[in-house]
Amino acid sequence: MAVETGTILHGIDLTVSAGEAVALLGANGSGKSTLVKALMGIAPVTYGAAELYGADITTARGSVPWSRIGYVPQRLGPSSGVPATALEVVGSGLLDNRRFRPGRGARRKAVEALEQVGLADRAHDSVQVFSGGQQQRVLIARALVRDPDLIILDEPLAGIDRASKEALASTLNRMRGQGTTILVVLHELGELADMIERAVVLRHGRIIYDGPPPPAAQGHDHPEHDHVHAHADTPSPGHTVPDLRSEW
Amino acid sequence: MAFFDTLAAMLASPLMQRGLMVAVLVGISAPVMGTYLVQRRLALLGDGIGHVALTGVAMGWLAGSAAGLTPHDLLAVPGAVIAAIIGAVLIELVREKGKTSGDVALALLFYGGIAGGVLLIGLAGGTAANLTGYLFGSISTVTELDVWLTAALAVLILGIGLGLRPALFALSHDEEFARATGLPIRALNILVAVLAALTVSVSMRVVGVLLVSALMIVPVAIAQLTARSFRATMTTAMVVGATVCVTGLSITYFHRLSPGATIVVLAIGVYAAVALIRPLFRRPSEDTDPHLDAEDDVRLHENT
Repeated sequence: MAVETGTILHGIDLTVSAGEAVALLGANGSGKSTLVKALMGIAPVTYGAAELYGADITTARGSVPWSRIGYVPQRLGPSSGVPATALEVVGSGLLDNRRFRPGRGARRKAVEALEQVGLADRAHDSVQVFSGGQQQRVLIARALVRDPDLIILDEPLAGIDRASKEALASTLNRMRGQGTTILVVLHELGELADMIERAVVLRHGRIIYDGPPPPAAQGHDHPEHDHVHAHADTPSPGHTVPDLRSEW
Repeated sequence: MAFFDTLAAMLASPLMQRGLMVAVLVGISAPVMGTYLVQRRLALLGDGIGHVALTGVAMGWLAGSAAGLTPHDLLAVPGAVIAAIIGAVLIELVREKGKTSGDVALALLFYGGIAGGVLLIGLAGGTAANLTGYLFGSISTVTELDVWLTAALAVLILGIGLGLRPALFALSHDEEFARATGLPIRALNILVAVLAALTVSVSMRVVGVLLVSALMIVPVAIAQLTARSFRATMTTAMVVGATVCVTGLSITYFHRLSPGATIVVLAIGVYAAVALIRPLFRRPSEDTDPHLDAEDDVRLHENT
């Protein structure tokens, strides 16, 4: 696939199955963000195919089950000056290719999503006055409000403080426990090391490693650490059918 | 009570009634599109479309005089609508390709539009002065047809602009995310561009290109000084838009002033006044640290 100045990613063949927690690792410019943007249809795919739940992102955009997918971009774009409350921003996460207006109970869902990231009391404040970490949490709530089966996060640990990182890790752990598939772009595993079961390392737009993450330095001996997966006793068909593919 | 007598006389004048009706309709609907444009950092799009619409006016004029129609400018507004829509869609496609930044694409529209208009109006046997009426409008000579056209446009803008507000908000707030939710981004983008083009070109003859683009933006600028939410910004802008339009037009009933210019100067005056007095009304809580719950990442040791 090519982006503006040339091809960014080459010969990538990556399949993520339902219920997996996968980290995309690599240095700046290795193509991690481009890969997830291509997968979400934000960056153009010039060669090869990117599929979400079996629907091609470029040719069958209309049949992608968008409501099952939550996307957390790296950061909120520069503010335009028109204020927007946290509730309004999170509410925009309830839309998809069929819903142009949030349906019944939208407000309750948005407040619940803000509760999950600990910002329910700031629901009516403009996100412009929020700190970087708080804005990041709003973006996560905007993806959570969809109650997604697959959540894709682009460098969620960048530029936020330790408390916010730990809060994010516990949120993702809870989702993982409910069987949500997680694809997260990271520089280093950091606070998420415990929950990642597969690491894919990119370098210069190619996959150079795909396998279990390097052993975590700490946390596995923690008494509350739990390796039991929600799907362990009730394997869903998704485990055998790849639901998220990208090849180019 | 002389003032109220004059006021009653003003409201009794059919010309003034039509003018006020148009003023309220444009005053309410223009800020709706304006809110989306400001949020997308395309505040000058209305102006750019207006310049292209001038080329359309001249083309309509040229076609009208070639076909021997009377009056010559019978096709001016249809020409403007077509040119404005083509221009707006074009700028949207240029923006989408990302080859040229939004403001450079706008600049191209500005210069091309005004030059094309002046060139073509000359070919049609007119002068650039014929375009002035479209730049500044003539709300004091509004016909009944103008009122109906403006009303139809206002219904369209309010219906789509308010009805699709969640989707259009998502699009304007964060286009990449909106794409990732599955919303039909290109269709919505073109919808916004076409609605902006319609707003400018239909209101052009009545209130002038300059006033329409000012009414799309200035009330929003005023509203965002005070509002905390997107919804409140839009509602406040609509109220402000209608109020300055009615007030400004009424002033011109008492004093011989250009209605369009009066309304715009009044709106900018309101902006300045609100910006100046706003700090006096700011609640003290807003001056304090909004991030009291923030924990320090760094532990400082004091050596005493």
